Amino acid sequence: MTRPPSPLTAAFHKGHPALVAFITAGDGDTAANLDALVAGGADVIELGMPFTDPMADGPAIQSANLRSLGAGTTTADVFRIAADFGKRHPDVPLVLMGYANPMVRRGEQWFSVNCYKAGVRGVICVDLPPEENEELKWDLDAHLIDWIPLATPTTDAERLPAVLEGANGFLYYVSVAGITGKQQAAQDSIEEAVARFKAATDLPVAVGFGVRTPEQAADIAKVADGVVVGSALVEIIGEYGAHAPAKLQELTSALAHAVHTARA
Amino acid sequence: MNNTTPNSFKNQPDDRGHFGEFGGRYVAETLMPLILDLEREYRAAQQDPAFAAEFDDLMKHYVGRPSPLYHAERLTEALGGAQVWFKRDELNHTGAHKINNCIGQILLAIRMGKTRIIAETGAGQHGVATATVCARFGLPCVIYMGAEDVKRQSPNVFRMKLLGAEVVPVTSGGATLKDAMNEGLRDWVANVHDTFYIIGTAAGPHPYPEMVRNFQSVIGTEARAQMLDRVGRLPDLLVACIGGGSNALGLFHPFLDDADVKMLGVEAAGHGLDGDEHAASLLGGSPGVLHGNKTYLLQDEDGQITEGHSISAGLDYPGIGPEHAWLKESGRVEYTAVTDKEALDGFQLLCRTEGIIPALEPSHAIAAVAARAKQMGEDEIILMNLCGRGDKDIFTVAEKLGVEM
Repeated sequence: MTRPPSPLTAAFHKGHPALVAFITAGDGDTAANLDALVAGGADVIELGMPFTDPMADGPAIQSANLRSLGAGTTTADVFRIAADFGKRHPDVPLVLMGYANPMVRRGEQWFSVNCYKAGVRGVICVDLPPEENEELKWDLDAHLIDWIPLATPTTDAERLPAVLEGANGFLYYVSVAGITGKQQAAQDSIEEAVARFKAATDLPVAVGFGVRTPEQAADIAKVADGVVVGSALVEIIGEYGAHAPAKLQELTSALAHAVHTARA
Repeated sequence: MNNTTPNSFKNQPDDRGHFGEFGGRYVAETLMPLILDLEREYRAAQQDPAFAAEFDDLMKHYVGRPSPLYHAERLTEALGGAQVWFKRDELNHTGAHKINNCIGQILLAIRMGKTRIIAETGAGQHGVATATVCARFGLPCVIYMGAEDVKRQSPNVFRMKLLGAEVVPVTSGGATLKDAMNEGLRDWVANVHDTFYIIGTAAGPHPYPEMVRNFQSVIGTEARAQMLDRVGRLPDLLVACIGGGSNALGLFHPFLDDADVKMLGVEAAGHGLDGDEHAASLLGGSPGVLHGNKTYLLQDEDGQITEGHSISAGLDYPGIGPEHAWLKESGRVEYTAVTDKEALDGFQLLCRTEGIIPALEPSHAIAAVAARAKQMGEDEIILMNLCGRGDKDIFTVAEKLGVEM
């Protein structure tokens, strides 16, 4: 069966590398913060679903999860935030990122239907490796929602085909064996990995984990189709609260400029 | 080796680590290759007589196995009903069953060439057992422990430090066992090249639940032989407390295909199952995904994990080993729950009738035994796993009894 072209994939084919910007849903005034990311030039929005036990995240995103849950954010709120965003910015694709339990709590089918209704274009799940993702992946696929695979420094040639099976949208390369917001990977290791993935798939390759500054982002954008920034944005929300949007736009704008012009 | 007899309860998990719909490998991609490596090495170790020989030798001369099988005659008399027998795993080196598993896992870590050990701990028993085997084999070790538990269990924190472990208090989330496990997983994912994670209970991603169960099965294997030797028949009912469930599986598993042997797992009901201050994942929770496996969890309608509560820091984990989830659904094992207060009564009952100070964890099992024994005949036999001793708990108990120390 042929699917219509993915709006997510298209976001990486605008003639320049793409900036993927992450924040956690329900942390601060999420609508205003998301608008700031778009105004700053983000090409794809990655919206984090808060979870009590974010095992793959460093202190910045852990705190964002707790702030969001502390403010009473529910799964229904996350879908509402996504749906409202889609109405305001129909041309900026949004993906949900999170952990398996909140996604499968009411069943894979329920989650897929609600992603579809909210206009979510793709889903990234931290703790559903190829060995356990069959159900959710194909349920999402049936609703034309992209399953975005995660590849890591430990994903060898033997595992890569399983990681790519049924994948759409883009490939997310977690460039550091570790948690979010910590150290950055060496540039040559990123280059080597991206080349390896490009040989195995037509999907755009976005690189994330530990990317904090426009300079780092520009270096990665020279070799990858996209750059993901999360912790640095989330820290702004933690620090500035209601005054975060202006600061978010400022950093996003610098990052977007660096990424978009990296190969110019 | 798995028993492949049809209709056996001992042939779980399947080759992907599933116990029915439970278990599995729900981990970040970074950890997946490592988990597969671990499984390969564990399978090789299972086939290696030298591995078994070293394990058995350490069990005998370092841990002090076999642990005694003890007929608790005064307790039996006090209860008036079934004969109560104990498997005395509280007499092991370090005072609990936890050491059985730690010996097995550290031998595997050494076999895999890993040079650094990490572990999580709640009450500190698993942390002490891990620190012990690390000292014995000269490997550096980091123990993650919720900051709340560090406060509640200071004697065990000091023990770990004496043994040379670095104890890291975890302040994220509710600062208890589940948060310590999150932090253990974060360390592991960042240090996959040299680090072995010694998980303390029969939970986590495959192959941990199966592997921990098999290392702990020494309890039931010994008990089964000792029973046949001493009494000439198998017990009618097995009883064990359950946090993650490794001591219970260790006792139950070798008996699973003995159809006449009933089994009772005892969860912590905290302040009662009618409220949310308990740690009974099976009786008061629902299926979900956490810490690498699908199992019963304490969670809200959105899948957010809720905090468990129990007087026993070793039981207040919001999940349970996946094999218990499967044994519950298959009906092979019955599960019940015991409140803080009932456990405290069980604790005192055993102190006075048998001269044994039990840990608060098996005190839950004692309370369940007390209730069941009275309903059974004098010719019937209950075998309970006395999985830990109570030295670590005397401060908690004193506080609950209003005694100043």
